[in-house]
Amino acid sequence: MSDRRAVGITEGRIEFPDVTDFADPLLVVKDLHTSFRTGRGTVHAVDGVSLSVDRGTTLGVVGESGSGKTVLARSIMGLLPVRDVIRSGTVEFTGHEMTTMAPAQLRQVWGAQMSMIFQDPMTALNPVVRIGNQITDSLRLHLEIDRKEANATAVELLRSVGIPSPEQRIRWYPFQLSGGMRQRVMIAIALACAPRLVLADEPTTGLDVSVQAQILDLLQAMQRERHMAVILVTHDLGVVAKRADEIAVMYAGRIVEKAPTRTLFAHTRMPYTRALMNSIPRLADPSGTRLHAIAGRPPDLIHPPEGCRFAPRCPYVQDKCRESDPPLRTAASSDHVFACWFPLVDGAPPPADGPVASVPGTSPS
Amino acid sequence: MTTDAAAGTSTPLPTDASSAPGSDDMVLQVEHLVVEFRSGRQRVQAVTDISFEVRKGETLGLVGESGCGKTTTGRALVQVQKATSGTVRFNGQDLTKLSGKALRATRTKMQMIFQDPISSLNPRRRIREIVAEPLAIWHMGSKAEREDRVRSMLESVGIDPETAGDRRPQEFSGGQCQRISIARALMANPSLLICDEPVSALDVSVQAQILNLLADLKEEFGLTMVFIAHDLAVVKNVSDRVAVMYLGKLVEVTGSDELYRSPAHPYTEALMASIPEPDPEHQSTHKALTGELPSPLNPPSGCRFRTRCPYAQQRCTDEEPPLRDIAPGHQVACHFPLIKTPAGSVTASV
Repeated sequence: MSDRRAVGITEGRIEFPDVTDFADPLLVVKDLHTSFRTGRGTVHAVDGVSLSVDRGTTLGVVGESGSGKTVLARSIMGLLPVRDVIRSGTVEFTGHEMTTMAPAQLRQVWGAQMSMIFQDPMTALNPVVRIGNQITDSLRLHLEIDRKEANATAVELLRSVGIPSPEQRIRWYPFQLSGGMRQRVMIAIALACAPRLVLADEPTTGLDVSVQAQILDLLQAMQRERHMAVILVTHDLGVVAKRADEIAVMYAGRIVEKAPTRTLFAHTRMPYTRALMNSIPRLADPSGTRLHAIAGRPPDLIHPPEGCRFAPRCPYVQDKCRESDPPLRTAASSDHVFACWFPLVDGAPPPADGPVASVPGTSPS
Repeated sequence: MTTDAAAGTSTPLPTDASSAPGSDDMVLQVEHLVVEFRSGRQRVQAVTDISFEVRKGETLGLVGESGCGKTTTGRALVQVQKATSGTVRFNGQDLTKLSGKALRATRTKMQMIFQDPISSLNPRRRIREIVAEPLAIWHMGSKAEREDRVRSMLESVGIDPETAGDRRPQEFSGGQCQRISIARALMANPSLLICDEPVSALDVSVQAQILNLLADLKEEFGLTMVFIAHDLAVVKNVSDRVAVMYLGKLVEVTGSDELYRSPAHPYTEALMASIPEPDPEHQSTHKALTGELPSPLNPPSGCRFRTRCPYAQQRCTDEEPPLRDIAPGHQVACHFPLIKTPAGSVTASV
């Protein structure tokens, strides 16, 4: 078994540069498009996304259900069905182009260089395999170590993610663990081979707030310790507010605002970002405070609306918004981009019928 | 169904049976409620001797982690789960003594909304059938009256009855399904609505829509609510009073603004600390929660929270703290409740 796996790995072996002194961004995504052919038409789930992630940093990707954030994470990873998918754009990881890689090459990347933490640990873990074996699988494949050594590493990993008495627990099955413990196991699996990039897709969405805080703290601690880059995908801006270095807000398959976290919160330009912030109930508000809900739903990605895709739900919509699509442009600081014709000024609504803001050209993000 | 009406078996549509709210107008009185489950040869107490009251027009929030017994409590209120001991009085009537048709008739006045909106709707039925069912079961109103009622109720929850009525649940998003299950719950004109984690499966943007909708409907229909959730920020937003539950017991009960101003139980403080604030500059002054909920099969001696409590002392192991008043309308079960010092920091009283 291990021989056959070893053969698979040696075909077209990829040399990954030592990233400890890697100056370029770890991951560069350019103009990524992913569409699905369905019976009703083509769904443009990711529609021209560009971003980059430096080593050791965290990028938060925030948006509602159906904004394309999960498809974006899967497109970066290369975890997409083969049939009925149309993709274009480039995903460059440590200088290697991922979109053209053969399956055997992708297997060298998955787990070892780049790994994923899924939302639902009950379905992502194999219910009939002991958790220890689920961790040692990738260890033995990528690090080519023997069973005994792999088991010892698995115990250490479980201990490091805060699972008590890991020597016994490696023989347990997923159903014997609570939701929070299962997510810890998922993290242990994702981190087993010390990847350089971890994509966490809503890692805490099914969990209690108290467990959520523990899991996010754990992920952050492991990231610091191992100097990994993390892409944290979530619908809750509260989750990334104190944990991400940079945040990209997605709406209808596109990035509509992207900035370093503090800039995004202090100088929000895009009304959608502000609306997402305001929809979260705050503990400091008196009981019974009316929440600022965003009316309506995200648009149908088969027939997205003309002009700005947020226009049908935007409280400040004007005629121009319905007619032409706002490009991503830079704000006061060059690392802050947004797509809006009438952006908020210092968090306040734009002048109701003021002059159309001048557009200083489109900027590649 | 018109034959029903002719035969006189049809009852009129329920209307607001609003009585003048008195000062001691208790809708729900729970006393010494215990719910036990068998687990092999062992017995697990999911709910251990809890007592609380809900006044007319009030929203009581019930908050705690998974496994603390809050859902079991909610189910015991409507007697879906039989209480092992203790009483649940609804408008003065002890539900634990009722059974059969009398219990089912009383239950029309107390309705429930569940966490997973999609699986709580029958996938094979049309929306108009799902929403009309509470009336159909009790033969309330004529067919035309029921249809009118379905239409107006769907409009009240923000669903267009013309386009939605003939569709089935899978054609709707989670938020829309939750609106539909709220419409169904309100059809028989209940006076008490029990919401069991109604927004925890939803995005924050949809969550805000549903919470606002519940506030509007409470006003419109004069509802009394019990709102069960794990997120204290959500619970605080909708509730007048909050009861914090830990491992089958109530640890703190007070007004929701009071709870935020001065949480007295270390567990309440820890729950507050775990809420992700959408503000990068926010610094929590509260101590975060560590570890997991102990097994209810073998709860810790003394105070059940002591194994995770940063302030635990010997007395907490030896002696179980009773739920006692520390201020008017503020009850806490802790030997060393937290006191806010003039400087604003929080310390445990010794």
